[in-house]
Parts: sequence; C-alpha cells; structure tokens
Amino acid sequence: MRPPETVLYDAPGPRAKRRALIGTIVAIVGIAALLFVALKRLYDRGQFSMELWGPLIDPTNDSFEAVWRLLGRGIIATLTAAVLAIMLALVIGTVLGVVRMMLGKWGRIPVVGFIELLRGLPVVITIYFASRVIPDVGIDLSFLPGPTNLWYLVIGLTAYNMVIIAEIVRAGVASLPRGQAEAARAVGMTELQVMGTVLLPQAFRTMLPALISQLVVVLKDTSLVALLGGYIELLRRGLIISQNLDNPIQMLFVVGAMFIAINYALSRLAVWTESRLSRSAGGKKAAVKTEEAAGAVAGA
Amino acid sequence: MEGITSNLDLFWSGYLRSLGICMLGMVGSLALGTIIAGFRVSPVPPLRAFGATYVTLVRNCPLTIVLFFFAFGLPEIGINRSFYAFGVSALVIYTSAFVCEALRSGINSVSAGQAEASRAIGLTFTQSLSQVILPQAFRSTIPPLGSVIIAMFKNSAVVGAFGVGRDLFSVGQNLTSAQGYAPFPILSGVAVGYLCITIPAGLLLLLIERKVAIAR
Repeated sequence: MRPPETVLYDAPGPRAKRRALIGTIVAIVGIAALLFVALKRLYDRGQFSMELWGPLIDPTNDSFEAVWRLLGRGIIATLTAAVLAIMLALVIGTVLGVVRMMLGKWGRIPVVGFIELLRGLPVVITIYFASRVIPDVGIDLSFLPGPTNLWYLVIGLTAYNMVIIAEIVRAGVASLPRGQAEAARAVGMTELQVMGTVLLPQAFRTMLPALISQLVVVLKDTSLVALLGGYIELLRRGLIISQNLDNPIQMLFVVGAMFIAINYALSRLAVWTESRLSRSAGGKKAAVKTEEAAGAVAGA
Repeated sequence: MEGITSNLDLFWSGYLRSLGICMLGMVGSLALGTIIAGFRVSPVPPLRAFGATYVTLVRNCPLTIVLFFFAFGLPEIGINRSFYAFGVSALVIYTSAFVCEALRSGINSVSAGQAEASRAIGLTFTQSLSQVILPQAFRSTIPPLGSVIIAMFKNSAVVGAFGVGRDLFSVGQNLTSAQGYAPFPILSGVAVGYLCITIPAGLLLLLIERKVAIAR
C-alpha cells in the first residue's frame, strides 16, 4: 500500500500541470533568491577567501597538514567516546531491561523509577554532573585507561543511554511471539535460561536497527562536552583550531559536514538493516521500529 | 543542602527562565516544523527536495554545532543578536526537523484509502489535507510529536549550558563554579528542576494520548 502522501493529489491534468509548473518555478526562484542572499552576504564579508578556506581544503597550504592531523585526532576522540559509551550502555542497559522484566509487579517499581528518572534528564546535565561530582566526592578514575575527562563524558553519556537501551531491550523482547518463552519453559528451562538463551538472542537481532540509531544519538551527544570544557573531541578541537585561524564559519562547516556524513551513513545502515530484517522474517514486522525507540529523537 | 535552601529564589527564577526557553522553542519549532512538513508532502518537486534536504542535514548535525554556528558564525557576516535569541533560534531550527518527521509519519499512518476516497469525491490537495488527512493524522502524531517536544525541553539545557545566563543550568554552573558550593546538592537541584519540566510534560502527554487514542 502506498503511503497517503503520494496519493494526496490526482495524476495531474493540463491545468494542474500548469499550476505545478508555476509552483515549481516560483519555488525554484524563491530558493535561489534565498541562497543568493546568503551567499552574497558571505561573499561580501570575504567568507570565501582562500585565507579562510585554505587551511581546510588546499593541500598546498602550510597549515593544511597540521589542521587535518588535529581534526583526525578529534574524530578519533569523538568515536572513542561514542563507542565506549554505547558499549557500556548496551551492557548495563541489557541488565536493567532484563531485571525490569524479570521482577514482579511490585519489585520492578524501583527499577522503573530509576529508568524514568534518568530518562527525564538532559544529557548535558548528566555529563556536567559526572564531570563535577565524581572528582568532588573523591572518586579517582585514573586507574582507567585514557584521560579522566574522557571517562566523565562516557559516564554521563552512559547514564542516559543505558535506560534508553533498557527500554529498547524490553521492546525487543516484547516483540517476540509468546510461544518462544512458553516453549522454553515447557522444556524445563529456568527463567534466566529462557531470557539468556532464547529471548535475548532473538531480541538483539530485532533491536539492531534501533541500536544503530541510538549510536547516531550518542555520536551527536559527544559534542555537548564542547560546551562544558574538559575532553577535547572533534567539535572542541575544531573550535580551538578556528581560534587560531580565525575562520569559525569555515571550520564549523567542515566539522558539521563530518558529523553529518558519519551520522547519515549510520542512519542509512539502520534503515537497511531494518529492511533486511523484516524481509528475512517473511514480511512480519520484526524489527523494533527505529522511530519508536524514543531515544532516536532525544539526542542533542 | 544549604546551597539550595539559601538560593531557592535563584533556582526558581532559573526554572522560570528555562521554562520560557522551552515554551518559545515549542511554539517556534511547531510552526516551522509544520511548514517544512507541508513542503515535504507538497506536489511541488523543488519544495519537496528542499524539505528533504533540510531534514537530512539538520537531523544528522549535533545541536551544539547549530548553536555554535549561530553564535560564532553569524556575527562574522554582520548579524549580531543576544545569545538568548541565538540559542532559541538554534533550538527551533534543530527541533523543527524532528517535528516535521513526526508530522510526516503521522500523515503516513492514515490509510491510503482515506486519501483516495477524498480524491474520488473531488477534493483538492489542500482540501483533502486539511479536511480528511490532517485531522486523522493529528491523533497518531501525538505520541511521536510529544516525545520530540519533551526531547526539546531537555535540549533547552543545552541552550542554557551555552551561556544564555540566569537559566536553570547557568544557576547551577554559577553556584558551583564561581561561588564554590559543593556540586552534588546544587546539581541535584538543577536535575530536579529539569525533571519538574519533563515528568509533568510526560504525564500530560500520556493523558492526551489516552484522550485521543483510537483503535485502528
């Protein structure tokens, strides 16, 4: 069935075609005018000069190599934080989700409360909280590899994302047919075995798209630390460089493009996995819808 | 604890200012998001392409970068506004892409037969959208739209961290950094402040969902 947005209007007749053509022309002119005004403004202020763009796009420029080496380090720093956070969140989130599902009606209340509490907090607050409170109460993280600033960011990101993943896990298990758990119990498995060997492995498969979308959110959220100071990731690195080169617009353009490229590729991957999963499951709605994982929209 | 009780008025005014950012952001992003969603389903190809590009770019770009673009980029080309105006604008731009997608998924959830039927009785694009599709889409849009708005409420803290001043986040930052209060109680207070925005909003959303829920 086609989505209604494609059947909202008739196959156009001559009049509608003319109207659509006029609309198209007006729209093109409008968008072009908007672009022109913006580009002219940028041009008038000398924002297209090679002095500003050179270090970023011209390999013969003196600073080109140093700038990109630093940006490369920034990307690695961003990816490190994001991957660590999503892995930790996956482990703790799965445990949380399983605990929530296995406890009884009353027993799960504290777990649900904990999840709702963390879910309602802005990520920037959890990161700030981690980076201020952990050193203040005297917890020393220097036994962990890498800079402590990295771990404040990772802990802040994990605190939020683990509860989102707990919810994704729950949705994943809930999407399985009831017969799976019943059959597993019928052959004499304990509740833990049912969960660990029958339900979770299947749930993870259907959760894959939602997990990839969550990785996009985490990647975007790593840049929040640029507002707080501490860990130097891609955005912070870019801002530091642009202070020296005095080219904030160009630098933000490049850094933004890098984020968009990575995240767009990941989003496509999520959509692709989702379509593959639903195909292999025989058209049955298998995957936990990426959009439904509330976290997909929650990121900053 | 003393840090909170002796600064209760600061927390309260910070809470109100944060709430103000949320409300401005909500009105702005709903308006802009609806316009972009209209672009995305319109019969005019360039508008559709514009809407799709806008959503793809904005959705994949961190809010932080949008913020910095406003604050550091625009002054370079001679546009100077207060940090508050920049912050709220960035929040609106960022959230509108998600609002657009929530609305579009709502439109997609209305069964195609409805659109076909309204076409069959001769309604125009505008008529079928406003009389048939949107009133139905509105209901199934409530849950995703609600979670977008709640996420935006949380993102208002990012605008605060950006330095608009006197909002809930800034109060916490100021009290713990400049005035040297212990971070734990103060930041817990800030967290509770945000929970006092997001949890009631979540409950309200649940209430509305129940009210408009329909069996499909």
